Amino acid sequence: MQTTSTLESVLRGIAITAIILFFMFPILWIFLMSFQTNETILRVPPSLFFEPTLTNYRSLISGKLEGSTATLEIRFMSNLYNSLFLSVTSVTVGLILGVPAAYAFARLKFRGSEDIAFTLLSFRFAPPLLVLLPLTIYFQQIGLADTYGGLIWVYQLIVLPLILWIVRGYFEDIPADIEYAYRIAGHGFWATFRKIALPLAGPGIAAAGLLAFIFAWNNFIFALVLASADKQPVTVGALAFITASGINYGQIAAGIMLSIAPTFALALYAQRYLVEGLSLGAVKG
Amino acid sequence: MSLELTNLSKSFKHDTVLDGVSLQVPEGKTLVLFGPSGAGKTVLLRLIAGVIEPDNGQIKISGIDVDGAEPEDRNIGMAFQNFALFPHMDAHANIAAPLTAQRKDQSAIQSGVQALAKLLKIDHVLGHKPKELSNGQKQRTALARALAGKPKILLLDDPLRNVDAKLRFEMRLELPRLLSDQNATVIYVTQDYKEAMAFGDEIAVINDGIVQQIGTPEDIYLTPANVEIARLFGDPVINFLDVTLQKDATGVFVLISDKRIDLDANYSHAIGNECTLGIRPESVLFVNQDHENAVPVTVEAETPLNEKTVNLCLTARGREIMASRPAGTDGPENGPAFVNIEAANAVIFDKQTGVRIESEQSTGEGNVT
Repeated sequence: MQTTSTLESVLRGIAITAIILFFMFPILWIFLMSFQTNETILRVPPSLFFEPTLTNYRSLISGKLEGSTATLEIRFMSNLYNSLFLSVTSVTVGLILGVPAAYAFARLKFRGSEDIAFTLLSFRFAPPLLVLLPLTIYFQQIGLADTYGGLIWVYQLIVLPLILWIVRGYFEDIPADIEYAYRIAGHGFWATFRKIALPLAGPGIAAAGLLAFIFAWNNFIFALVLASADKQPVTVGALAFITASGINYGQIAAGIMLSIAPTFALALYAQRYLVEGLSLGAVKG
Repeated sequence: MSLELTNLSKSFKHDTVLDGVSLQVPEGKTLVLFGPSGAGKTVLLRLIAGVIEPDNGQIKISGIDVDGAEPEDRNIGMAFQNFALFPHMDAHANIAAPLTAQRKDQSAIQSGVQALAKLLKIDHVLGHKPKELSNGQKQRTALARALAGKPKILLLDDPLRNVDAKLRFEMRLELPRLLSDQNATVIYVTQDYKEAMAFGDEIAVINDGIVQQIGTPEDIYLTPANVEIARLFGDPVINFLDVTLQKDATGVFVLISDKRIDLDANYSHAIGNECTLGIRPESVLFVNQDHENAVPVTVEAETPLNEKTVNLCLTARGREIMASRPAGTDGPENGPAFVNIEAANAVIFDKQTGVRIESEQSTGEGNVT
C-alpha cells in the first residue's frame, strides 16, 4: 500500500507539474519577453539569459514608442484607464440591474418569467458580429456610437446574462423559510431583500461580479467596432503595437503583463468565490 | 385574538393540498393540528401567516378578514420545523428581529431578548451564529424569535421534530406553561400523538387536505372518527379485528374465536354489517381460563415499552392482538393464555369505508365532522 501511494503521489506531482507548465509557460515566457528588447527576443536560438531592461514598460507608461526610425505616440495608459472604467461601470450597472432581476426570477414566479430569463441568456448565443452590424448603424443614428454610455450599454449583453443566471441560482439556494421568517417577524419585502437575501447571496454576487468583470475586460470585438481611439480599451489598443516598421514584441509583452495584471490579481484573490459561484450556478441555474 | 378559518382551499398545479378547511380557535386557546406528513398542515400555517395566498376561503384574525394583508402586518409569531434561523446573524440578532421590526429602542430590544433568552436557557449563547448552536439551542432560539414580538397568534410548526429525545421530553413539559404565560392563541402542528394530547385544548386531525375530526384529546382518543385516526393515536397501536355484529335476545355482540363479546345495545342499527372492531391494547387483559368469555390466545412475544409492557398474541385463527399492561405487573409466559376484552371501550368502524359507526344515542352530538 505504501509503495502504491508513493508512486501515486509522484505520478500526481508529475501530472500537476506538466499541467502547470503547459498553462503557465506562455505567461512566464511573455513575462520574460517584457524585459527584453526586440533583438534579444528574436535571436536564434532563443535563450533564457539576457540583460533585463525596463525600456518596454518605460515607453508604455510615457506613451512614446521609440522605433528604429521614428518615435510613435501610443495611448496605452489611456487604453488601460478605458478598460478599467468600462469594465467597472459595466459590472456596476449590470449588478444594479441584474441582482434584483435575478431575485425576481428566483422568487416571484410570474407569467413568462422563464421565457424572459431564457431570452436574456440567449443574448450570449448570437455571434457578436451578427449583432454588431445593425447595432453600429443604430448607434450612429441615435448618437451612441463612440460614447462610453453606448459601450457600457452594449457591454450589458456580456455582463447581464452572466450575473442574472449565476445570482439567480444563489437566490434559489436560500431556503424560502428564512425569508418568510423575516417577513413574519414584521419586516417588509424590501427590508427582507436587503437584510436577508442580499447578504446570503453575497458570495454568489461577488463571484458573478468578478466573472463579469473578467469577461468585460477581455472583450475585443464590441470596442473595436464601436469605439474610436480615445475610448478604446487595452484589448483594442494593443493593435497599435503592430506598426509599419515591424511588430514590437517587447512592448506587446509588457502591455500584456500590464493589462492582465488587474484581472489576474482579482482572480487570484477571489478564486474560491469564483469556483463556488460557478459550480452553484451550474447546478441550480 | 381569535382565529377563524372558513373553507380554505389551496392547490399547487393539479395537486390539491387543502380542500375546504374550516377551523376556529378561541382567544388564548391552543389548537393542535395533527396529521401525517403531506397532510397539508404546514401549508395551512403558511396561509395563516400570509406567505402564500389561499385559492379560496377566508382567514379572520379577531374577526377581521386578513385577505391580502402582508405577513408583516398580521402580528403573528411563527416557529418553523427547520428553525429557519437567519444564518448570518447571531442568536441575539435572530431573536431581536421582531423587535427591530417594531422599531423598539436599543435598551428595550436588549432587555426583551435577555428576558426571553434567560427563560429559554440560551442566554449564554446569544453571541453565537446559528451554525455554532446545537439543535436544541437552535430550536429555543427559533422559539424565542417567535415569542419576541409578543404576537397574539403563535404558529408552531412541529418545533420539537428535529431535537433529540431528552430535549423533546423537557420541552413537552415546559412548553404548555410557556404558551399559557404568553396568553396567545396557538396553533401547534405535530405528528406525535403524545404532543397532541399534551398540548391541545382541541385537536384537529387533518389528512389529505381535509379536517377529519376536531375534538378534545379525550374525544379523539376514545371516539376516533375513522380507522386511520384510531391507528395514529395510541402506542402501541389499536387492535383491529374484522367482525360481524350480531344480535339476540340479550343484546348486541360479536364473536371472537367463538367467544361472545357483548357490545352496547345502541349499535343495533348496524346488525349484520361487516365491521372492524377497534380495541385499545390496554383493554385486552390477561385472565384465568375460568373467566366468562375469556378468549384463548397464544402469547408470542413480550416487549417492554417504557411504562408499559406489551404482549403480542395470536388468536385461534392467527389474528394478531396486542395486550398492554403497566410495567412490572405479572404477565403470562409465552404460550397459551386467555384474555378478556373490555367491550366498553371498543370502537366499531365500517369495514368498507373505515368510518366509525356511532352508537345511536351519541349520534348528533356534533363532535365528529
